[in-house]
Amino acid sequence: MSEASTGSKRPLSPHLTIYKPIPTMVMSIMHRITGVALYFGMFLLTWWFFSAAAGEDYFNWVNGIFGSIIGQLILFGFSWALVHHMLGGIKHLVQDSGRAMEKAFTTQMAKAHVVVSAGLTVLVWIVAYLAG
Amino acid sequence: MSMRTPLGRVRGLGSAKDGTEHFWMQRVTAVANIPLVLIGLWLIISLVGDDYQMVVTKLSSPGWTVFLVLFAFSVLYHMRLGLQVVIEDYIHTEWTKILLLLLNTFFVFFTGAMFVFAAFKLAFGG
Repeated sequence: MSEASTGSKRPLSPHLTIYKPIPTMVMSIMHRITGVALYFGMFLLTWWFFSAAAGEDYFNWVNGIFGSIIGQLILFGFSWALVHHMLGGIKHLVQDSGRAMEKAFTTQMAKAHVVVSAGLTVLVWIVAYLAG
Repeated sequence: MSMRTPLGRVRGLGSAKDGTEHFWMQRVTAVANIPLVLIGLWLIISLVGDDYQMVVTKLSSPGWTVFLVLFAFSVLYHMRLGLQVVIEDYIHTEWTKILLLLLNTFFVFFTGAMFVFAAFKLAFGG
């Protein structure tokens, strides 16, 4: 019984590669990719937080890494993934209630999703820089 | 003749060994994550440019300690469920799948232990 699911030689129906990418499909894939990215981003956040508990020298070292150009780029990507995934999640919660399922509307939402997530992320960074 | 109902006999026999719990907890933690992440973003923004002493002082206040523990629990629970589905979707070799599912759980608990240790050390470590 369990062998049935282990057969890597079993043929797969063609899927992703044969479809034209449409907005809702791309956003669905982005939701998963951002989710996986956030999984590892959470470890970076934990590392930073842990460094605050570990002592001043260690904290300053870790803080310096996140403050570098590469660190800031990673944090920017992290924050965008967070905003994008959260917007996607809210959309899913609304759709769980059976609303907002019409084809034309979902396509409009998918297109707006990119713009709104990018806009909100830039806004967060502007606020952060003004605050800091 | 068995007194058990048909439902009682099949419970726990599905491939996932649980019913809608995975789906439901994904939603529960998703809803919880919305305020937790928004407050977390606000906390991080408020810490931008602060030196070590200011960061430690802020993060060690009781309200933030409680928040941080809740944040870690809900986020880690949610991301464990999420990555579990990704692994189950793409990894079809049984032993690799089980290994990755184990690593997923270990990673989440390890990260959680680090996070909660840090929260408590900041709170109680003086």
